[in-house]
Amino acid sequence: MFVNQFLMLAAILFCIGVYGVIVRKNAVLVLMSIELILNSVNINLIAFSLRNGSADGHTFALYVIAVAAAEVGVGLAMVLLMYRNRRSVGLDELSGMKG
Amino acid sequence: MSVVAAETAEVVLSSGWFLENAFIIPIIPAVAFALIIFFGKRMPMKGSEFGIASMVGALVMSVGAGYQWIQRVNGAPEEAYIEPIIRTWTWWQNGGIPLGIGQHIDGLSIVILIVVAFISTLVQIYSTEYLHGDRRYTHFFASLTLFSAGMLNMVVAENMIQLILGWELMGLCSFMLIGHWWEDGANSRAALKAFFTTRTGDIGLLVGTSVLYFAANDWTQKTLGVSGFSIRGLSAWALSGEPSSTAITVGAVALFIAAIGKSGQFPLHTWLPDAMAGPTPVSSLLHSSTMVVAGVFLVARIFPVFYEGMNIYGSNVNFIIVIGAITIVIAAALAFVQTDIKKVLAYSTVSQLGYMMMGLGAGAWLPAVFHIFTHAFFKACLFLAAGSISHSASHHSFDMKKDMGGLRKFMPITFGTWIVSTLALAGVFPFSGFFSKDEIIDNVGYAGYTIFMWVGLLGAFMTAAYMTRATYLTFFGAPRGAAAGEHHDEHDAHGHDAHDDHDAHATHDAHAAHDAHGHDAHASHGPRESGPLITIPLIILATLAMGSGLLNAVPFGSEWENFKKWIEPRGQVVSVTGIDHSAGSHGESRVIQPEARVTAGYESDCGKKTPTDGVCYAPQLKHAKFKWSKAALSLAIVAAGIIISWFVSVQLYTRRNKVLVGLTQRNKLLGAGYAFLVNKYYLDVLYEKIIVRSIAYPISRGAYWINQNILDGIVNGAGTGSKTIAGWVYRNIDQRVVDGAVNKSGDAAQGAGSIVRPVQSGKVNQYGALLFGAAAIGALVLVIINT
Amino acid sequence: MEVLSDNNWVLTVGTFLPLVGVLIMLFIPKADEALAKAVAIITAAATLAVGIFTLVKFDYDKADQMQFVAEAEWISVIKSSYFIGLDGISLPLYFLSMVITLLVMIYSWNHVPSPGNAKAFFALMLILQTGMAGTFIARDLVLFFVFFELVLLPMYFMIGVWGGENRQYASLKFFLYTMFGSALMLVAFLALFFQTGAESFSIPYLIEEGINIPKNTQIWIFAGMFIGFAVKVPMFPFHTWLPDAHTQAPTQGSVILAAILLKLGTYGFVRIAIPILPEAAKEWAPWIGLLAVIGIIYGALGCLAQTDMKRLIAFSSVAHMGYVMLGISTLTEFGMNAAMFGMVAHGLITGMLFFIAGSVKERYHTLEIKRLSGLLVQVPKLGWILGFSAMASLGLPGLAGFWGEFPAILSAYQPAEGLPVGVFRTYMVIAAIGTVFAAAYLLWLYQRTAFGEPTAEFSSGHGHDHGHGHGDDDAHSDIHDVNKFEWIAWTPLLIAIVVFGVYPQLMFKVLDPAVGVTLKAFGG
Repeated sequence: MFVNQFLMLAAILFCIGVYGVIVRKNAVLVLMSIELILNSVNINLIAFSLRNGSADGHTFALYVIAVAAAEVGVGLAMVLLMYRNRRSVGLDELSGMKG
Repeated sequence: MSVVAAETAEVVLSSGWFLENAFIIPIIPAVAFALIIFFGKRMPMKGSEFGIASMVGALVMSVGAGYQWIQRVNGAPEEAYIEPIIRTWTWWQNGGIPLGIGQHIDGLSIVILIVVAFISTLVQIYSTEYLHGDRRYTHFFASLTLFSAGMLNMVVAENMIQLILGWELMGLCSFMLIGHWWEDGANSRAALKAFFTTRTGDIGLLVGTSVLYFAANDWTQKTLGVSGFSIRGLSAWALSGEPSSTAITVGAVALFIAAIGKSGQFPLHTWLPDAMAGPTPVSSLLHSSTMVVAGVFLVARIFPVFYEGMNIYGSNVNFIIVIGAITIVIAAALAFVQTDIKKVLAYSTVSQLGYMMMGLGAGAWLPAVFHIFTHAFFKACLFLAAGSISHSASHHSFDMKKDMGGLRKFMPITFGTWIVSTLALAGVFPFSGFFSKDEIIDNVGYAGYTIFMWVGLLGAFMTAAYMTRATYLTFFGAPRGAAAGEHHDEHDAHGHDAHDDHDAHATHDAHAAHDAHGHDAHASHGPRESGPLITIPLIILATLAMGSGLLNAVPFGSEWENFKKWIEPRGQVVSVTGIDHSAGSHGESRVIQPEARVTAGYESDCGKKTPTDGVCYAPQLKHAKFKWSKAALSLAIVAAGIIISWFVSVQLYTRRNKVLVGLTQRNKLLGAGYAFLVNKYYLDVLYEKIIVRSIAYPISRGAYWINQNILDGIVNGAGTGSKTIAGWVYRNIDQRVVDGAVNKSGDAAQGAGSIVRPVQSGKVNQYGALLFGAAAIGALVLVIINT
Repeated sequence: MEVLSDNNWVLTVGTFLPLVGVLIMLFIPKADEALAKAVAIITAAATLAVGIFTLVKFDYDKADQMQFVAEAEWISVIKSSYFIGLDGISLPLYFLSMVITLLVMIYSWNHVPSPGNAKAFFALMLILQTGMAGTFIARDLVLFFVFFELVLLPMYFMIGVWGGENRQYASLKFFLYTMFGSALMLVAFLALFFQTGAESFSIPYLIEEGINIPKNTQIWIFAGMFIGFAVKVPMFPFHTWLPDAHTQAPTQGSVILAAILLKLGTYGFVRIAIPILPEAAKEWAPWIGLLAVIGIIYGALGCLAQTDMKRLIAFSSVAHMGYVMLGISTLTEFGMNAAMFGMVAHGLITGMLFFIAGSVKERYHTLEIKRLSGLLVQVPKLGWILGFSAMASLGLPGLAGFWGEFPAILSAYQPAEGLPVGVFRTYMVIAAIGTVFAAAYLLWLYQRTAFGEPTAEFSSGHGHDHGHGHGDDDAHSDIHDVNKFEWIAWTPLLIAIVVFGVYPQLMFKVLDPAVGVTLKAFGG
C-alpha cells in the first residue's frame, strides 16, 4: 500500500501547523495553523481507514471537519472581538492569562 | 337440642307495622332536631312546632307499637316465649363480620318508649309557655328534641354500641340543657359537672362492653349468629352456663358503674342536684323518664348479665342492692335539709332510683320496671308543679323558706296535682307509687334480702316525711317573700342558679327576656295560678300518677297483673332452631315449644340451671305473694312519716317551737350531723376540691413542667449540646487539626505554585509550544515503551 | 401483583398534578396575588377531581388488594422502582389529603398570614400536597422516603416564614427533630434492604422476605423505623416538637400538620413496620402500647395545664394519637381498624379545631383562654362550631371521633396472640380513663371560652346584642361571625364528621379488608 506517502504528507502538514501555532503572532494565522493540524489528522484517519477497510475513519474525519468548522467559527468570532476591543490581533499583547 | 315432636306446640306470634318499624321512633325527633337547627328560627313558633310534632309522632308510633305488642302477647299461650322483634342493618364491620344497628323491641322497650314519648310531649308543650320569650328558645327545643331522640334510641337499641350512642347523646344534651343559661358561670359549671360525672361512670360502660364482647362473641356467633354486642346475644350467653364467672362479674360491675354515674347512685349522685341549674322542664324530663332512668334501664335491659354476674338470689348481698340501699337512705336524708324545692325533688329522685336499683339487685325486675313507669308520671308532675310555682307565684325563686308558703289558696290546680303526686311518691294506697314501691320492698324481702327490706321501709318513712315537709313549706303556713308579693330588687332571685355565692351583678341578660316576661305578667298581681299550657300537662300527669298503678295492681288479684303479662320477659328455654322468623309477612314469628311449657303455671329452670335443649333469654324470677298484712305495715310506716313530719313542720316553721328551732345550733352532735348533710357528706368537696382540683392544677401543671423542662429540656439540651460540641469541634479540631492540615497543604501548594508560575506566561504560543512539546515527549515515551 | 384496573394513570396524575400547578405559578408575577391563588385553588380542585375519579373507579369489593398499580424503572442502580398503588388503607388518607389541601386553600383566600406573599404560600401548599399524597401511594421504600421527606421542607418554610413570634425556634426544632427520626428510619430501610438480599425496595417483596430475617435483627431494624415514625406521630416522649410547631405555625400549617402530616407516622407503622417485621412488632407492641397510654394521659394532663387555646389543641393531638397507637399496638383487626378510622377522624376533627383557633386568633388577636370568654355571645356560630368540634373530639358517639376511640379501647382487651393480655387490659382501663380527661379538658376549654360573658376588653362593639354597646364600635371591628370562605372550607369537614359518625361503615368497609391483609402475619 502507498499508505506511507499519506502519512508523510500528514506529518509534514502537522509540522507546518505546529510551527505556525508556536511561531506566528497573528491570531488568524494561528487559527489557520490549527486547521492544518486538524486536516493532517484527517488525512491520517482516512489513510488508515482505507487500509483497514472499515468506515470508522471516514466517519471520524467527517466529525472532525464538523468540529473544525465550529471551532473556526468560534475562533474567528473571538478574534473579531479581540480586534474590536484592542484594535489588534497580536497574540503577544494578550497576557491576561498570566498566572 | 331436640324437641320432642309429639308434644310441641307451634306458637304464632303476631306482629304489625308499628312493631316492625319501631326503629323509626328515635329517627323522628332526630330529624326534627335537624329541622329545628336549620329552619327553627324562621318558623312562626320558633321551632317548637317541630319538636312537639316529632314527639307526638313518636308517641303515636310508640302507642301503636304498644298496642300491637299487647296483641302479640295476648295471642300467645300464657307461658309461651315471646320473641322480641329484632331487626339489624350493618353499621360497621370488623374482620369481615358486620356489626349492626337496629331495633330490639320487647315489653321493656315498649313501655319505656311510651313513657318517654309521652312525658317528652307534655314537657315540650309545657315549655312553650314556661320558656316563652327566652333568648335561646329555639336552641332549647332543639336540645330537648335531640335529648328525647337519644333516649328513644337507647331504648330501641339492638346492641350495646347503639345503646352507648343514645346514652352519650343524652349526656351531650344534658350538658346543653343544664347549661342553657350559660352566661352564668354557676350554670355552666353545673353542666360541666353533670357531663363530667356521668362521663366518669362511662369508663365502666366502655370497659364493661369490651369485656362482655370478647367474652361472649365466640359463643353468640356460633350459637345465635349475632355479635357479642347484641343485647339478645348477651342475655342468652349470660344464662347459658358458658361464661367464666370472672368475665361476667367484671363486665357486670363495670356496666353497673356506668349505671351509677348516669342514674345518680351513690357515690356519683352529686351531679344530679346541681343539674337543677337547668330550666325546670329540663329537670322534669331528666329526672322522670330519661337520663337518670338510663342507668336503671341498662340494668333491666341486659338483666341476665347482672343476674349471673352479681349472683342475684344466690347470695345475701350484692353490689347493686347495696348501692341501691345506700342511695335510698343518704339521698332521702339530704332531702330534709334542702331549702330549694327542686333540690328536694332531685334528692327524692335519687332516692327513688335507689329503690329501682335495689329492686333489680334483689331480682325484683318487674316491680323495678313498674316503678320506672309510675315514678315517671308523678315525678314529672312534681317538677312541673314546682316550675309552675316559680313561674307564676314565687317570682322565679325555688326557695321554699324564703319565697313560698300558703300557696294552696292561690294555685288550686298546682296544689291539687302536687298533693296527688306527693301521695303517689310516698306510696299511699291507692296511688300508683304504692303498687310499685311496695312491690319492690315486698319482693326484696321475699327474695331473702331481709335487711334491705327494712332499709326500703325506712326509705318509705323518710320519703313520706320529707315530702310532707316540702308540701308544708310550699303550700301551707303563711306566705313569705315572693309568695307574699314582695319583690327582690337586690338579690338574685333566679332559682335555677344552683350556687350560693350570689354575685352582685347577677342580673344576666339571658334571663332578662325571661324576667321581663315574668315582671310584665304578674309583677303587680302576686301569686296566681298558671296558664292552661302549664296546668293541663299537670292535670294529665296527676291523673296518671293516681291511676297508672292499676296496670299492675297486685293486691286486686292476678287478673290485674297486666303489666307483668305484657312486659316481663318469660324465662323460657327456647330452642335456637325452633324460631322461624321468615314465617308470615309482618315479622310474625313461629316459636315451636314443648306443649307443657306454654301452659299456665309452668316454671322453667332458666337462671337456676344451665339450659340443655336451647337457650334462655331471661331468668325465671320469683314473685312475692301479696299480703295485706305486709302492706299494712308499710302503709302504717308511711302514715307515721307523714304525721310526724307534719307535726314537726308545724312546730318548727309556723309555731317556731323553742325546743325545735335552733336545735342544731345548740346540740353539737345534731349540729355536726346537720352540717354533714348540708355539705352533702363532703363528697363534692372530695370530688371538686380534692380530686378534680388536684388533677386540674398541680398534677397537670407538674406534667406540663416535666414536658417543658425535662422532655423538651432533653431536646433543647441535645440541640444546645450538639451546638456546644460543634463549637468545640470547630475551634479545636476543625480549626486546628483539620484546617491546619488543609492550610499546610495549601501552603505547600502555594510554594510549589510559585516555583512553576513563570510557566504561565499568558502567551498563547508558549502554551501551544508546551502542549506540543509535552505531546512529543509523550509520543516518545510511548514509542520507547512499545519497542 | 395483578393489575386490577387500567386506570393506573390516576395515581400519578393525582399526585403530581399539584407540581404542575406550581410550575404554572412560577410564571405568574408576584404582584398578581389573586391569579396565583386562583391557579393554586384550581389545581387543588383538579387534583381533588382526580381524587374523586379514583374514588369512583376504586373497586370496593377488592379493597384488600392494590389497585391502580403502576410500576416503572426508576433508580435501577439501587433496585428501586417507581411503584405505586392504592388499597383500602391508603384510600381514605390519600383522599383526605386532597380534600384538606383544597379546603385549606379556600380558607386561605382571605387569610394569608403575614408577611403575605400569597404566591409562595400557595405554591408550598401544593408541593406539600404532592408529598403527602405520594407517601400514601408509594409501594417502594425509597419512593416512600422521598415523599416522606418532601413534606418536610414546605412545612419548614410555612412555619419559619409565616409563623408566630417564636417561629425560628419552632421550625428549626420541627425540621431537625423529624430529620433525626428520618435518618434512623433510612438506616432501618437500608438494613432491611441488605438483610433481604439487596434485591428490591418494593414493599410487597419485603413483606414476603422480611419474615426470614432473624428476630434480633428485626428488633433492631424495627427500632430504627419506630423512632422515625414515632417522631412523626408524635408519640410520647418524642412529641415535644409538636406543641411548638402547632403553636407557631400559621392556621393553615397547623391544619395540614394535624390533619395529614401526623398520619404519615402512623401510616408508616401500619404499612411498613408491622407487616414487614411481624416478629419485631410483637416484641415492640407492649412498649408501643405503653407509650401510647402514657401519651393519652400525659397529653390530657398537658392540655389541662395550657393557657393557650392552640397549644391545648396541639396537646390534645398527642392524646388522640395515643389512641391510634394503642389500636395499632394490639396488632388485631379491631385495633388496626380503629386506628385507621381514628386517623381520618382526628384529621377531620383536629383540623377543624385548628381552623377555629385560627379564626379566633384573627378576630381577637389572642388565644389566651383567660382573655377569651363568651364566644357564644359575640360570635355565636363560631362558638357552636367550636362546641360541636369539641364534642366530636372527645369521642361522642354519633360523631366521627367515637369510632376511632371506642374500638381502640375495646381492642386492647384482647390483643393479638402472643402479646401479654394482662398488660393490655391495664392499658384499656387507662385509655378509658383518658376519655374522661378528654371530656375534662375540652369541655373546660369550652366552658371558659364559649360560655359566660365576653371579657371587658372585648365586650363593647358589635357582634352581640347586649344593648350596652356604648363603646367604640370600630375598636373590635375584627370580631365578626363565620364568614363566607370559612363556611365553604368548614362545611365539608363538619358534614364528614357527622356522616362518618352516623354511618361508620362507609369507611370500615374500605379499611377492614385491607387491614386483614396487613395483619396476615398475625393470623388475623
